[in-house]
Amino acid sequence: MQQTLPEEFYQWMEELQAVDFVLVELTLYLDTHPQDQNAVQQFNQYAQQRKKIKRAIESKYGPLQQYGNSYSGMPWNWSSGPWPWQL
Amino acid sequence: MWVYEKKLQYPVKITSCNPRLAKYLIEQYGGADGELAAALRYLNQRYTIPDKVIGLLTDIGTEEFAHLEMIATMIYKLTKDATPEQLKAAGIEDHYVNHDSALFYHNAAGVPFTASYIAAKGDPIADLYEDIAAEEKARATYQWIINMSDDPDLNDSLRFLREREIIHSQRFREAVEILKEERDRKIFF
Repeated sequence: MQQTLPEEFYQWMEELQAVDFVLVELTLYLDTHPQDQNAVQQFNQYAQQRKKIKRAIESKYGPLQQYGNSYSGMPWNWSSGPWPWQL
Repeated sequence: MWVYEKKLQYPVKITSCNPRLAKYLIEQYGGADGELAAALRYLNQRYTIPDKVIGLLTDIGTEEFAHLEMIATMIYKLTKDATPEQLKAAGIEDHYVNHDSALFYHNAAGVPFTASYIAAKGDPIADLYEDIAAEEKARATYQWIINMSDDPDLNDSLRFLREREIIHSQRFREAVEILKEERDRKIFF
């Protein structure tokens, strides 16, 4: 079902997507350049930043991951939408 | 195991119903050089590839599933409000009579997905060259779809996906060099 969330959600999401883009890029880069110390340092720094953004989104809009990678609200709020294609 | 995240890798903004574009995009969903084929190809090759490139195959294979979800989102949004008449006008009535608005793994010509799209030779160089070719073919397909599309928001997301194919191709080329280096080191030991 199609849903629209407050504008703030989309801004948070874009921020997470931007940070995650850096992390995906660094992941693939480090897979073939495992000795690059600067890249590893940058990776860990961004990993920390993504944790903060994830926490901020989840505190207001519910879990982004499950299987215990996120906390649950009461009632169980993982399976309630919107899913990414419903936004 | 894999852990899903409720988030697209890159935003997909679709504001209009345009089943014609969905007809083209399904090529990247269930086509020979599409995202499903890519994900399955790389993840399947991991078990027999040398240790040094298992991480790369795992991570690129995983990213392909994120791309598959973006393509699915595009197709879903472009068709969800279409009437049977609109689907007919777009040339996807054959899809409609079988699947209604459900997605299905087939290519733009309606040919169902098959495992024969994916090679696994067990020879690391042969497999990695296959992967490089697959990325270049997917990149070219994205370009052809962009050429056919008049939707600027959609093209923005498609350009992102096209660039990812370039990165993947380059990383696979580096993996080939890593394996060659290791092989030569053994010979001249």
